[in-house]
Amino acid sequence: MGKLVTIKIDGKEIKAEEGSNLLQTARDAGFDIPGLCYYDKVSPSGACRLCLVKIDGMRGLTASCTVKVNEGMNITAFDEELEGHRKAIVELLISEHKLGCMTCEVDSGCGLEDLAYRYDVTVDNLPFPARSEHLPVEATSPVILYDPNKCILCERCVKACYEIQGKGILSFAERGIDTYVATDLGGLWVDSNCDGCGECIQACPVGALVEKPSIGKARKWEITKEETICPYCGVGCRIEVEKKGNEIIRINGADGPANDGRLCVKGRFGYEYQMNDSRLTTPLIKENGAFREASWDEALDLIADKFTGIKNKYGSGAFAGLASARCTNEDNYVFQKFMRAALGTNNVDHCARLCHASTVAGLARAFGSGAMTNSIKEFEHADCILVTGSNTTETHPVIATYIKNAVQKHGAKLIVVDPRRIDLVKYATLWLRQQNGTDVAWLNGMMNVIINEGLADEEFIRSRTEGYEDFAAVVKEYTPERVEEISGIPKEQIIEAARVYAQAENGSIVFSMGITQHITGTDNVLSVANLAMLTGNVGKLYSGVNPLRGQNNVQGACDLGGLPNVYPGYQKVVDPDVKAKFEAKWNAKLDDKVGLSVTEMMDGAGEGTVKALYIMGENPMVSDPNLNHVEASLKKLDFLVVQDIFMTETTQFADVVLPSFSSYEKSGTFTNTERRIQLLNPVLDPPAGTRDDWQILQDISNRMGYKMNFTSAEEIMEEVADVSPIYGGVHFKKLGVEGVQWPCKTDDENDRGVLYLHKDTFSRGLGHFSPVDFIPPAELPDKEYPYMLSTGRILFHYHTGTMTRKVSALNSFESGPYAEISPELAETLNISENDDIRITSRRGSIVTAARITDKVAPLSVFVPFHFAEAAANRLTNDALDPIAKIPELKVAACSVEKA
Amino acid sequence: MQIHIPDNPQYRELGAYIQDVKHQKGPLIKVLHKAQSIFGYLPREVQYFVARELNITESSVYGVVTFYNFFSTKPKGENEINVCLGTACYVRGADKVLSMLEDELEISNGETTKDNIFSLNTARCFGACGLAPAVMINEEVYGHVDRKKIKKMLSEYRTKEE
Repeated sequence: MGKLVTIKIDGKEIKAEEGSNLLQTARDAGFDIPGLCYYDKVSPSGACRLCLVKIDGMRGLTASCTVKVNEGMNITAFDEELEGHRKAIVELLISEHKLGCMTCEVDSGCGLEDLAYRYDVTVDNLPFPARSEHLPVEATSPVILYDPNKCILCERCVKACYEIQGKGILSFAERGIDTYVATDLGGLWVDSNCDGCGECIQACPVGALVEKPSIGKARKWEITKEETICPYCGVGCRIEVEKKGNEIIRINGADGPANDGRLCVKGRFGYEYQMNDSRLTTPLIKENGAFREASWDEALDLIADKFTGIKNKYGSGAFAGLASARCTNEDNYVFQKFMRAALGTNNVDHCARLCHASTVAGLARAFGSGAMTNSIKEFEHADCILVTGSNTTETHPVIATYIKNAVQKHGAKLIVVDPRRIDLVKYATLWLRQQNGTDVAWLNGMMNVIINEGLADEEFIRSRTEGYEDFAAVVKEYTPERVEEISGIPKEQIIEAARVYAQAENGSIVFSMGITQHITGTDNVLSVANLAMLTGNVGKLYSGVNPLRGQNNVQGACDLGGLPNVYPGYQKVVDPDVKAKFEAKWNAKLDDKVGLSVTEMMDGAGEGTVKALYIMGENPMVSDPNLNHVEASLKKLDFLVVQDIFMTETTQFADVVLPSFSSYEKSGTFTNTERRIQLLNPVLDPPAGTRDDWQILQDISNRMGYKMNFTSAEEIMEEVADVSPIYGGVHFKKLGVEGVQWPCKTDDENDRGVLYLHKDTFSRGLGHFSPVDFIPPAELPDKEYPYMLSTGRILFHYHTGTMTRKVSALNSFESGPYAEISPELAETLNISENDDIRITSRRGSIVTAARITDKVAPLSVFVPFHFAEAAANRLTNDALDPIAKIPELKVAACSVEKA
Repeated sequence: MQIHIPDNPQYRELGAYIQDVKHQKGPLIKVLHKAQSIFGYLPREVQYFVARELNITESSVYGVVTFYNFFSTKPKGENEINVCLGTACYVRGADKVLSMLEDELEISNGETTKDNIFSLNTARCFGACGLAPAVMINEEVYGHVDRKKIKKMLSEYRTKEE
């Protein structure tokens, strides 16, 4: 907050912050100065001239949106002359504006329409002729419609695209009366780099830019609005849902702590699945190989009977359960309580095993806590950001905007280390292209340079860490020359990257699956932690180690004990005191052994030791590695229960399928990737016949004789707060819009948790350096399988596609499977764009369309894993990291041929 | 969208020039001038190349290219015809001169003939009002233009080509 100064507007004295925007200040003080181009999220342009005021001592009239507040300013905001000018401007705008208000999507929510009303301007009383020629409407984008005839050239969309989203796809083209908003080099919108985030639509004050899927669905006055949290990735964007009755009309970005109103294409346009006809609305029981509808009582009784029988016959160890990174904290709490207290097993895990198990293991060992050390919005203020193994633009699109802002607005240095030429490379100072699976080597190489050049933070190492000597002895062996041989990164680049990162005031490391999904995942994470500690880049605002969590509530599902080794709040199941505490709180006898992980459960099912599996909102038949093995295992189970909103590739193997709520229908909380616990609002009524996930579990538990009496999600969170110290201060009534970031241990209203972790001391006391040697991936290309296969996500789809593939807007961007191959490989194998190719590994084979691009390295293949019909996981290797049990999804050897 | 840039002397010359000036303040217009002098006009590929080499957005290049009349996104003919539409020429029938030229060349204002010999544009006052209506071909001014004179002028340039 800057110095407070006094200014005068129309004779009224106002206190305002020096340097703040004059128009905003005046409006905040109740002066309703008109203005169409002013948008508080972008820099002012002064284009529309409606906010003209008179300022004593300044000549002529000034656009107040371009003026900063100074002590003693004396402003005239309203007089006859100013209002006359404003009316004339509105007349000019109306004379150029296609007046299709009665069919316009924004009718009654339009800035220009409001001003026409205010200044009594109609097309009949204009003092000059209205423009009659019309330009063609640009409607080629799958999600955005641009009508240049309604465009008032305020520049808000252009600025939103560049300044907020960091994309810069839009600009003004041509000049004078011919000016319009163009994309890229002026071609069709659909051919441009636009990825449909719709930030431009949200910025448009009139109806020039509108959401195509919403056209014709509702008038503004038929709409009610409610806010909740986006159902997609781990960023946890706040959304404003506009609905008519029980139907979503459109979704806008709301001002949440993680997103400031920003959204991506999935968040804004990915809602159609909620009303898809194939939503499950009744329990299904499989009889003679086919599903039939059943009542809830029948289905729940059947499950309780079967489970009781299995428990009596085989014991608790015959059960396993997959919690869900899509469901709420409350659902996951009840799920693991059901598994542990009612069924008596720690065999509970979920797909976090497949993404960040190694992060949790590695960072817990190095720092004592396995989550993002910093907050999302801190990225914008880091001086150096090292992004490795995260295609942030596609997997965490809104976080990518903050990284781009850091580069474009604040001159931050971005270092990308990735085998693929990802979008962020365009913004990077340095791009290091390593061979897949050589991360320990290049990280050690950077640290070798940092130590040799005296760039290490010796004070930090001495006062905050332990284990430096052993670690340094290993790093010594990793000279840039040797690392170049292992990783393929030229040594000059390793040296340069080391210098840039080590010399930054605030260095932040961002990583994701590219680091974690290896047999050396934990080693990779330990090396990342070593690098941060070596340079003192952790435990500070803007500096830290930031694993980006994939799904909406994968952080929460881990926090709430959806893991085989910990109770809620990462309290170890093998600790007798902890077990005794939970036995007392839950009034049940608990398992004292670490349970099975996802991949071990599948092995157990295959070997016949796991008899019954309960899956809540997961789809292992697409998401897990080595699907042929998963399929065989699921088929061997005695009893499989799946709780979901749709039939999936996994439900086909189920004995009972139970229909539940979608995110938009849920109460409860999600915890986003920055440890922020945010409250959901049930903005829609769930379809008749469905039940909320935790209610289903509670009903089964009660039938089996283990009583649970929760009546609301809020009550569940009260119990969580009671048993889990890091959630100790989390109460629904305290959350509000901002939420709280764990650890939040006290009930004090002002305890909003912790913005960044490990300030002054690490969670484990001293930070721990681990000596880590390079180990090659489990499987590398050879004569038989000569190419490097890796898998990942794309922007337009989410996880196994159960939701996004039911959204026509998203399908119009990408509707099916493909594989990226390099131009070199395409030429060698005589493959053309879109040719069907067969990709084969030691575990399976798929046929998919070829996409030729220099995004991938010359002898590499990349396959998105969303698409069941050409499932990447038929090919992937289920070799495990020995510590975290995470499979090596990022490296496999494959062969490629024309199909 | 990925656009393929061929490796040829023209792109190499432009690339070298961009490396020289890219660290100066606001190099875009300079670079576009250079590009147009090398290629004769600024096709999509050249604009894409400029954006990529200057590490700026494609849209910011396109915005500038379309803002200034000087920059052309269409190939120009070997001979540039400019019809003066200044006041004096206009009252002497410059609009008719323009349509006659459009007839003769079978193109519209702003276009280039199929054989690439002529491109047709308009301008405001060459300072040759005494000769109104006036037309310029390359650097040469032609006064008191009518259909007969147009035919003669055009055939002269066509013969030169052969």
